[in-house]
Amino acid sequence: MTAARKSRSSVNGWTVYGGPLLIGVLSIAGLLSALLSEGPGRYFSWLAVGTPVALAAWFFVRRKRA
Amino acid sequence: MIHTWSSLISTLFLLLLCITGLPLIFHHEIDELLGYDPKPEIAQPGAVKRSIDEIARTALANDPGRVLQYILWDKDEPNTVIAFTNTKADGDPDAATLRAYDAHTAKPLGSVGGGPMLIFLKLHVDMFAGQPGKLFLGAMGFLFLVAIISGVVLYWPFTRRLSFGTLRDKSRRIAWFDWHNLLGAITIAWALVVGATGVINTLAEVMLNRWKATELADMVKPYAGKPPPVHLASLDATLEKARKIAPDMNVSFVAFPGTPFTSSHHFAVFMRGHTPLTSRLLKPVLLDGETGEVSDARDLPVYLKALLVSQPLHFGDYGGMPLKIIWALLDVMTIVVIGSGLYLWIVKRRKHRSHAIAGQPSLQPSE
Repeated sequence: MTAARKSRSSVNGWTVYGGPLLIGVLSIAGLLSALLSEGPGRYFSWLAVGTPVALAAWFFVRRKRA
Repeated sequence: MIHTWSSLISTLFLLLLCITGLPLIFHHEIDELLGYDPKPEIAQPGAVKRSIDEIARTALANDPGRVLQYILWDKDEPNTVIAFTNTKADGDPDAATLRAYDAHTAKPLGSVGGGPMLIFLKLHVDMFAGQPGKLFLGAMGFLFLVAIISGVVLYWPFTRRLSFGTLRDKSRRIAWFDWHNLLGAITIAWALVVGATGVINTLAEVMLNRWKATELADMVKPYAGKPPPVHLASLDATLEKARKIAPDMNVSFVAFPGTPFTSSHHFAVFMRGHTPLTSRLLKPVLLDGETGEVSDARDLPVYLKALLVSQPLHFGDYGGMPLKIIWALLDVMTIVVIGSGLYLWIVKRRKHRSHAIAGQPSLQPSE
């Protein structure tokens, strides 16, 4: 468990919100790209909008067991 | 406090929306499978398309005593023409009959929509409660947005000591708490977009009525007080004139005089572009119902454009099958977030009541 804990000094907005923010920006970009471009935009949207799904699967596989 | 109550009030309805929305993502495929999406016959080489006037006559003969409301061309099915008939031009939308006709033979191909997906759609859109039901679900969608944003604020005190993506296995409650936070955090943007566009969609009627009361009323001012047309102009000639106004666009649908999308005196031909975006941004051309001459053509106001663009962003139907599958998985993740949120609230309440576990720090903040 200790490995997952952050030291108090390293806590800031970026360490907490950075990950979700990046995923959010990527999601929005993907949602718009398929709307604006039928070819490459569509492929990019699959990757970008699909990132949360892939991440959830990845976290599920490597989750810590008690 | 805001997070708990905005979520709790809307929880059941959000679960209803997420669960009925799941099959609706694939409604096209399901309709096709169940025979509610008729396909045209394979056209003979060199076959000529029948006139729209002929298809309109066939449609009226097929549903005697009814009137035509709309004729529509599916973007992905150019060899099918879909005709809406109803008891009267501004009849109850639920009373409309949609039938597909073969563009080359004018043969009826069967009814469009209906079946089990229509039940899911009604539950999802208005719970069979008409406009009040729709606006109510819109309010629930708004609470969903409030819950998401207040959740972002709460994310800080709970996760600032943990690395992103930490999933603890200490107890069932903590495990679900971590999943609630993680799945909630990574689906925020998608959930906000689908939630907000859903809310916008509940306001479609309100926006359409505003457009009719302002822009449309202004466009048909010269016709004020004139009776509805007695003999309608030829549809083919009317469509041809509309195409001349917007030569780089295709006809999406034509609304007959007196239907909710036009005035009592005009055909409204709604034109669409060719890209995923411009095919949603319709441009109406108003044509005199009796002569078929162009009366006016204006772009839609910003709020109706926003409505039209918000639709694909809600349905997820604009990026092929892979995007639909991703949409469904994100929907399932949202169901887990809502379900685990409800579970965490129940567990916390039970604990508060029994005061059983003393000395353990509460997971919920003192809001």
